[in-house]
Amino acid sequence: MEIVKIENQVSYHSVGNVEDFPLHLGKVVHIEGGPEIAVFRVAERTLYALENRTGHKKGGPLAEGLVSGEYVYCPLRDCKISLLTGEVQLPDTGRVSVYPLRLDGDVVLVGERAANEASEG
Amino acid sequence: MGMEMTNREKLVLIGNGVAGMNTIEQIMKLDPDKYEITVIGKEPHPNYNRIQLSYLLEGSKTFDEMILNDYSWYERNGVTLCAGIAAERIDLASKFVHMSDGTTVSYDRLLIATGSKPFMLPIPGIDKEGIVGFRDVQDCERMKAAASTCRKAAVIGGGLLGLEAAKGLLKLGMEVTVVHLFSDLMERQLDTTASTMLRAELEGQGLRFLMNKKTVEISGDERVKSLRFEDGTELETDFLVMAAGIVPDTALARECGLETARGIIVNDYMQTSDTHVYAVGECNQHRGVSYGLVAPLFEQGSVLAKHLCGVPTEPYQGSVVSTKLKISGVDVFSAGEFQDAPGLDVIRTQDNWSKTYKKVLLRDNRIVGCVLFGDVHDSAQLFKWVKAEEAMTREIHEQLTGSAHIEGADPLAFVTAMPADEIVCGCNGVTKGMIVQAITDQGLSTVDEIKACTGASRSCGGCKPMVEQILALTLGDRYEGSKNAVETLCGCTTHSREDVIAAIRDKRLTHVREVMNVLEWHNPEGCTKCRPAINYYIGMVWPEVFEDEKDSRFVNERLHANIQKDGTYSVVPRMYGGVTTPEQLRKIADVADKYEVKMVKVTGGQRLDLLGVKKEDLPHVWEELGMPSGYAYAKAIRTVKTCVGSTFCRFGTQDSISMGILLEKKFERLWMPAKFKMAVNGCPRNCAEAEIKDFGIIGNDGGWEIYVGGNGGVKLRAADLLCKVKTDEELIELAGAFIQFYRETGKYGERTSDWIERIGLQAIIQEIVDNLERRKELVERIEQALQGLHDPWKEVVEQEGLQHQLYETLQVK
Ligand SMILES: Cc1cc2nc3c(=O)[nH]c(=O)nc-3n(C[C@H](O)[C@H](O)[C@H](O)COP(=O)(O)OP(=O)(O)OC[C@H]3O[C@@H](n4cnc5c(N)ncnc54)[C@H](O)[C@@H]3O)c2cc1C
Ligand code: SF4
Ligand code: FES
Repeated sequence: MEIVKIENQVSYHSVGNVEDFPLHLGKVVHIEGGPEIAVFRVAERTLYALENRTGHKKGGPLAEGLVSGEYVYCPLRDCKISLLTGEVQLPDTGRVSVYPLRLDGDVVLVGERAANEASEG
Repeated sequence: MGMEMTNREKLVLIGNGVAGMNTIEQIMKLDPDKYEITVIGKEPHPNYNRIQLSYLLEGSKTFDEMILNDYSWYERNGVTLCAGIAAERIDLASKFVHMSDGTTVSYDRLLIATGSKPFMLPIPGIDKEGIVGFRDVQDCERMKAAASTCRKAAVIGGGLLGLEAAKGLLKLGMEVTVVHLFSDLMERQLDTTASTMLRAELEGQGLRFLMNKKTVEISGDERVKSLRFEDGTELETDFLVMAAGIVPDTALARECGLETARGIIVNDYMQTSDTHVYAVGECNQHRGVSYGLVAPLFEQGSVLAKHLCGVPTEPYQGSVVSTKLKISGVDVFSAGEFQDAPGLDVIRTQDNWSKTYKKVLLRDNRIVGCVLFGDVHDSAQLFKWVKAEEAMTREIHEQLTGSAHIEGADPLAFVTAMPADEIVCGCNGVTKGMIVQAITDQGLSTVDEIKACTGASRSCGGCKPMVEQILALTLGDRYEGSKNAVETLCGCTTHSREDVIAAIRDKRLTHVREVMNVLEWHNPEGCTKCRPAINYYIGMVWPEVFEDEKDSRFVNERLHANIQKDGTYSVVPRMYGGVTTPEQLRKIADVADKYEVKMVKVTGGQRLDLLGVKKEDLPHVWEELGMPSGYAYAKAIRTVKTCVGSTFCRFGTQDSISMGILLEKKFERLWMPAKFKMAVNGCPRNCAEAEIKDFGIIGNDGGWEIYVGGNGGVKLRAADLLCKVKTDEELIELAGAFIQFYRETGKYGERTSDWIERIGLQAIIQEIVDNLERRKELVERIEQALQGLHDPWKEVVEQEGLQHQLYETLQVK
């Protein structure tokens, strides 16, 4: 995998241009050899990257969910997931991996390691 | 997770089911750091809601929806789960549990919650193939498999479990006979009257019954072929479900020397004969009783959790239970004593026309039991009275015998008196205290919000009236009342559907975000309930300027294909009236081959469904098919099912195919509150099943009969006769007026079957049949809405931008 940028020990890949991502919707990004990622563009220049499956074992492709502010609803089970933390909201439970995302000009960079993994001891 | 604490006591739970896990959850709430917890569970699943197996069987719920604690719950709470592993032996002296994978685990406290097993009749042939109990996911899967290979099923046992199993199998398309030992169904919960009414209702739904039959032998070679009864008669069957009762699973306890009888004997704190060992749930026996329902298990768990955490608690003194049958179209409820008996006074009302029955039993003027059939509105109130053994008063009596609803001087008195830790929702173990806290902390104002937040009322729904009353009590003056309360669009707003439509109309709002902004949504971004609804209402009010907002659509309507559980999509092209051509079929076959479609399926609406198409391939599939979208994913006209009619059929009096095609071409692509199905028949033999369609037409010699509001889905409803017409023109006009009236007055998501019951058939007849002026206006408006509709597939095929935005995946090396 080609690594574009390293910051705080996380390597970032360029996944496309801001304009490649439809506003208020999610889009699937395949990083070769890596996990499938869903990138959500919630405002002109605000984007989030999550693993493209809901917290659930047989969870659906998150990228197809309805985006509401900083949350996305699972397209198959309608549970509500925070785009910031990946936390599934009550009464459902679970968590989806969140990936760090940076903008470099108009280029969207997604970090390799989930930001909310291994953060708890 | 926190560091392992050396001083934590070790708690081991055997049985990863409802009762055991509820106890663990309660412990985690009281004192999360007290124990180091290990759960041993024989089933290879996380904890799920066993009572919903009935829904899993009939297909109205998926397994995922039944999970109570998913794997990540155990992880987050630091609870070790050994799933798919059975406990094999308990060593009381050295406090070890030996497991089926050869390992052992030691405990300071041991909790046994092994539940029960189906009772298998001790008769010859019981070990043949094709016989299952109804207890776990595996049983459900076996039943589903049987339904796809066998035709006839028998269910032994006409109790709650047997009837739910039977109804599930019936729904899966089997021919089902329920064999019952007694003369009354559910004889442990219902009296003869209610039981007779229940049987009549279920026979109406298609079940068969053999009463007073004692099965003495099962014959067949390897597999069950027939049942033989004591009276010498026989019943042929390809499959058998044993639902003749349950037996507490006490094997482990008995083998290690704990005191057992029918169940594992426990005291009022769920402690067994060994002070370090507890038993909770269906496997135990408390004061002589082993329960077979969930509500008592939560009450036991609550006492036990407190006891284990050193929190003072009242002893458990046994439970009064109530029963509700989870079969749609059948409302029965019973609690406490239910049979007439010497020393009991009975208040009874029976109405054979509306098929309702209400019976309340009194002992020494105190309410000790009740049975309800048909109308179970009063169940929550009655259950409370039964539990409290409330004294009968003139007021209560008037309420019971007077109007259908009990509206006491102070209907909230009993919820007021209820202690905070009393369980309100037995299915989900939610207490009054939890509901009150959710209402006050989160500012909730509807039962739906409480359901979303606490889970109360989301399973059988039996507790809904009580949840409503707690809401009323907690909100006081701020409570809007259930009947006169406005039903808000969703939890994001206090505005009703009517408010929203009025605002869209009066203020000329044309964007979803505009509506949410103007009406001051307290969740400014909306949710999956309100956004698609607003989007629809805008399109309905302003068809000429409406621009569909893709980000407020569910995935299916956004992508114009049905998402499947594996993330692929299905494609159903239009075949007007269910008529196709060799050329179309050839094209479909070629596309199916080229894109490696996983299955080609003929749908119930006479179309072909290509299943398993990748999202990226959708635009190419559509382009190559060159056929319009069949809208199989949409709240719109799905299909117009037709019979062959006078063109070929010797009985045909009308050309049903041409009429079907005409209607489908005219009304396709129009957005509706919910999906909409039609059928056209050439004669009253009704081969295309008009009675279960939203708009069903039956031709006869002199014209057409129009039926409306039928539904063949989860809630079966036969269509009502709207009117008869003589000419084709009139038929088309009425179809247009009916559809438009539904579009304008239906709630988003409301099928015509529910809509008709809400606004009344008479109102519809008045509006579109009798009032010619109104009919004309409706037709004018639908004509306007029909203008400017385009085939969405073609739109995508022609616009590369759309393909790029919505269908392509970005590949990064
Ligand atoms: C189809 C169906 C519908 C129902 N509908 C209703 C209803 O509408 N209302 C109602 O109140 N009740 C209903 N019930 C009853 C309700 O589900 C039970 O009362 C409840 O599940 C009992 O909980 P439990 O924890 O005691 O047992 P269970 O939920 O059965 O849990 C016991 C668990 O222990 C496991 N186990 C057993 N032995 C071992 C071992 N040696 N090692 C490891 N694990 C072991 C079992 O595999 C099981 O997972 C229904 C039950 C069924 C089957
Ligand atoms: S409904 Fe009547 S006309 Fe149509 S196929 Fe059946 S028998 Fe023939
Ligand atoms: S009691 Fe069944 S859902 Fe609440």
